[in-house]
Amino acid sequence: MAWLDSVVQGVLLGGLYALFATGLSLTFGVMRLVNLAHGDFSILAAFLAVVVVQALGLNPLLALLAVAPLMAGIGYALQRLVLNRLLGRGILPAVLVTFGLSIVIQNGLLETFSADSRRLNPGGIETASLPLGGGLAVGTFPLLTFGVAVVLLVGLQLLIGRSSVGRAFRAASDDGATAALMGIDNGRLYALAMALSLAIVAVAGIFLGIRTTFTFASGPDRLLFAFEAVIIGGLGSLWGTLAGGVILGVAQTTGARLSPGWGVLAGHLVFLLVLLFRPAGLFARSRRVD
Amino acid sequence: MTLLRVRGLSAFYGDFQALFDVSLEVAEGRTVAVIGANGAGKSTCLRALVGALPVPAGAVELDGRPVGGRPAHALVDLGIVLVPEGRKIFPSLTVQENLLVGAYRGRPGPWTLERVHRLFPVLSERRDQPGTNLSGGEQQMLAIGRGLMANPRLLLVDEISLGLAPLVVRHLYEVLRAVNAEGVALLVVEQDVSQVLAVAERVYCFRKGVVALEGEPARLTRAEISAAYFGT
Repeated sequence: MAWLDSVVQGVLLGGLYALFATGLSLTFGVMRLVNLAHGDFSILAAFLAVVVVQALGLNPLLALLAVAPLMAGIGYALQRLVLNRLLGRGILPAVLVTFGLSIVIQNGLLETFSADSRRLNPGGIETASLPLGGGLAVGTFPLLTFGVAVVLLVGLQLLIGRSSVGRAFRAASDDGATAALMGIDNGRLYALAMALSLAIVAVAGIFLGIRTTFTFASGPDRLLFAFEAVIIGGLGSLWGTLAGGVILGVAQTTGARLSPGWGVLAGHLVFLLVLLFRPAGLFARSRRVD
Repeated sequence: MTLLRVRGLSAFYGDFQALFDVSLEVAEGRTVAVIGANGAGKSTCLRALVGALPVPAGAVELDGRPVGGRPAHALVDLGIVLVPEGRKIFPSLTVQENLLVGAYRGRPGPWTLERVHRLFPVLSERRDQPGTNLSGGEQQMLAIGRGLMANPRLLLVDEISLGLAPLVVRHLYEVLRAVNAEGVALLVVEQDVSQVLAVAERVYCFRKGVVALEGEPARLTRAEISAAYFGT
């Protein structure tokens, strides 16, 4: 039963990882941009939520309604003013700039909020649980996280699959130069993708901040888990990303069941196994290599 | 009425100059051909016209207004639309979605999905398949249909006969004639001279980045054209 419990917890944790991974997968998919500051942006969002909660006395889940649009705005401006200038010159310039951005964000947070660890308190939901029977129970909050992840992924899938902007995302992903010739303003489209990416990672950051404590330096770990979830699932597939997050989550929780120190290690091992035997990911939609 | 006027256009790839002082005109609703051997500067000229290469504003005029150097999406808004060489169908989009990408800017006009489907019934029959599953000729139809979905005033067509069977090419040129009859001006770039001269009212022959010959196809002799084409 304890093992089953670990698996259930892992699946729900996977929802959170999928939230971290989705934005990363989106920006890479649309414009081949690897955002190394992705994890730090989630922590920035969590700190912004701390500010909003303190200033307005809101529940952190409601603060999301202010923080997610704000992060979207930051993403849009960042892409238009900085990152768009780096595209089309290979993957390295954007990697270097976002790496620098990661350091800037971490130090900015350290200066502003000190090195103290913080936590967002949504008022009881984080400790509530639902009994499943047979001695099993799931936390209400992890269940909510998973539900939000699924809803966001369904929404994003519909946006990408059915809308005009989504078609433009896919066209630009296939061939940015031709997409521009068809009248797609790539600069604006990429900014929309980054806005969407940071809005989603804001959700992830705030859910993380409710689930566990965080400091200015919590970003890089989140980035690593996000990368692992994307690569396990396979690029170009949102459901693959959710599956990747779930596999990583289950590996971590069952690993921790074996021995408390093995959780993260087990996640890394599964990631390495996937990289070794299915480098394109378990659910890759295409095996196209650019 | 002159729709497009190109005056003294030069274009560069870095230090390499690919076009030298090219001038040409397309009248409203007419078909103009640009012919020339490989590397003569035909495609470079089209790339400059659609905003993919930097050009001075005054070098390209639409309705007498300078539009040179504007970004591609702004030129699509004005009705200058390219059917690119090599068709450039988006592989992860269906046939239908490829057409809809053409309509991304939402420029108003008579061209709709129904109308493109009437012109190319195969694009309706295979609408849900990936665009790149179509045959070469069908992909070319899709590329033309995608361009039409943008409701162009001037459709720039780059080497549509490349790699296609003569019968298919003949059909594509019939379609271009029908499109032109609907009032869309065409600037057709071709290496394969035989088809395009039959539909064009005016022809420009490029050689080594300059206009070596221009005139009405009916009034030019084969000898004149081949001299300009090959530089003999």
